[in-house]
Amino acid sequence: MTVPEEGQQSDGRPVIAEFVGTTKRFGEVLAADRLDLRIRRGEFLSFLGPSGCGKTTALRMLAGLEAPSEGRILIDGQDMGGAPAHARPVNMVFQQYALFPHMTVAENVGYGLRQRRPRMERAEIARRVERALETVRLSGFGPRRIWQMSGGQQQRVALARAIVNEPKMLLLDEPMAALDAKLRGEMQMELLSLQRSLGITFVLVTHDQQEALSMSDRIVIMGQGRIVQTGTPRDLYDRPANRYVAGFVGQANIHEGRVEALAGDGLARVALGGGLSVTVAAPFAVTVGMAVEVAVRPEALRLSSGAADGADAMVAEVLHKTFLGEHIECLLRHEVLGQVQVNVPRQAERSLQGADVGARVHVLWDHGCGLILGRD
Amino acid sequence: MRIYALSVYLFLYLPIGIIALFSFSAGRSASQMQGFSLQWYGKALSNPFVIDALKTSATVAFTSAVLASVFGTMAALALAGMKGRLRALFDAMVYVAIMIPGIVIGIATLIALVTVFDGVNPWLEPLTGYRLSMGFGSLTAAHVLFTMSLVIVIVRARIEALDRTLIEASGDLGAGPVATFWQVTLPLLSPAILAGFLLSFTFSFDDFIIAFFVAGSETTLPIYIFSSIRRGVTPEINAIGTMVMGASLLLLVVAQVMLRRAGGNNRT
Repeated sequence: MTVPEEGQQSDGRPVIAEFVGTTKRFGEVLAADRLDLRIRRGEFLSFLGPSGCGKTTALRMLAGLEAPSEGRILIDGQDMGGAPAHARPVNMVFQQYALFPHMTVAENVGYGLRQRRPRMERAEIARRVERALETVRLSGFGPRRIWQMSGGQQQRVALARAIVNEPKMLLLDEPMAALDAKLRGEMQMELLSLQRSLGITFVLVTHDQQEALSMSDRIVIMGQGRIVQTGTPRDLYDRPANRYVAGFVGQANIHEGRVEALAGDGLARVALGGGLSVTVAAPFAVTVGMAVEVAVRPEALRLSSGAADGADAMVAEVLHKTFLGEHIECLLRHEVLGQVQVNVPRQAERSLQGADVGARVHVLWDHGCGLILGRD
Repeated sequence: MRIYALSVYLFLYLPIGIIALFSFSAGRSASQMQGFSLQWYGKALSNPFVIDALKTSATVAFTSAVLASVFGTMAALALAGMKGRLRALFDAMVYVAIMIPGIVIGIATLIALVTVFDGVNPWLEPLTGYRLSMGFGSLTAAHVLFTMSLVIVIVRARIEALDRTLIEASGDLGAGPVATFWQVTLPLLSPAILAGFLLSFTFSFDDFIIAFFVAGSETTLPIYIFSSIRRGVTPEINAIGTMVMGASLLLLVVAQVMLRRAGGNNRT
């Protein structure tokens, strides 16, 4: 198995936008460092990373709100050069919505259409505005003032104001950040169905991994201005390229080790120290004696009272157990590895019998449940 | 504490209150209340000199307020786009213009204009038959100089509070810089500009010191009041003063309401 890379996926969809060695400097700060990325027509792509990783800068360069210091940005095959925001066929939903406070909801939504030259007929504008408001389920709210709308409603107005222009790409800058958790979940579902029905390319910027995982066709993980890994949510979760991705998407136990033997089938045996060896997946070629990092998801490990076939077992002491509804989070300590987290699903709660705090239990590594990480 | 506060307010407002009260006197004395009547208001409003002075004051105040609003807004927008030391320098100069005593502005403007006029007139008069002199123009210019700073400060504050992303959103939706200015920036600044206009009008209308130096042959209402006091004070002066004060207060209140509404707008 290999990590799917840019261009290797054969879905054959044409490219709508492209970063070519795009770099952005703010004085001394390198906000975006040689970005290379192809965005496919009709896909839902997310830029994911912590604040300051350059994801918003990437989005703003697409929108034309920042000019790249080096490199190019192409939209629909055309080099955008220094084209300002108002000359680009894309629209953005801003983080705080940026709705015009001196206009009604309908005037806000119709703003983009009123800028068109040659002028669009008033009746046509009104018709399209009403249709856009219907799409975001705000029919009849047109005459309202912005400050009469709730946060969730304002978000929909911002969405309608962007999609009414039928942009080639819809850019969303942390659009859900200002909503409470329940509303956010609803809005995610709505955004997704909207994207499917409109067929417009959506580019989302978020720091919320759950949001990125649940909505995106592909995710671009960014760190310190660079693209760290690009792939489907499943790729990123199952085959994180390095420690940064493994730690940012989902939880992971990460341990140092040394390759002891190659086991074939893309597997390798890694010695973690203290006589403990585990059989893990090697997504790239490794050699015996190589120092590596091994990552394993807490839900991939099992607890047991004894050893089992097809799994490597290690004995660890239970430190703490936390009930989290769908699973029980167990924190254990191993003499050599230190702290290890194991998430036990409710169905497997039986395996926790006798695993009281202070007890020593077996932690099972099924062959291939862990993964060798690449170096940053 | 309360009694002190009360004393301060009494000290500040009692004389003004007494002027307003005595303006309703039926007698001839400006410092005694003798019965109640509106006769002094009638007398003031039927005095052609008062009406003339009022017209002059209103024209000067309106003209200078319009000019101050336009130039002040332009200056505020330019300052908002500036960076670093140059901006700090201009900012400081704006505040200095507000803090300089009116009498200094008056004398300085007078000397400057007289010097310029003396230099220009020997050339201008033979060519056009027209000579520059103190009057409506110089008075308006001096007032604009001062009130423009007020507009700059007020509009600047509003620009600082303005959400930058609104400008970006307008651009993103296809509006160029000029279209964005007329459709987004100016409407959002308008309450502050209007407040600046009203303040400028009030300052210009009430100003005596600067006008005294540069008004030339023009007689504004404050100048008229000053000169008629020298001929003896009647309750007619009280009536004029009360009317001017009432109008000024009204404009100030309107300006405050405008500014508050501007602040409220921004919170959405």
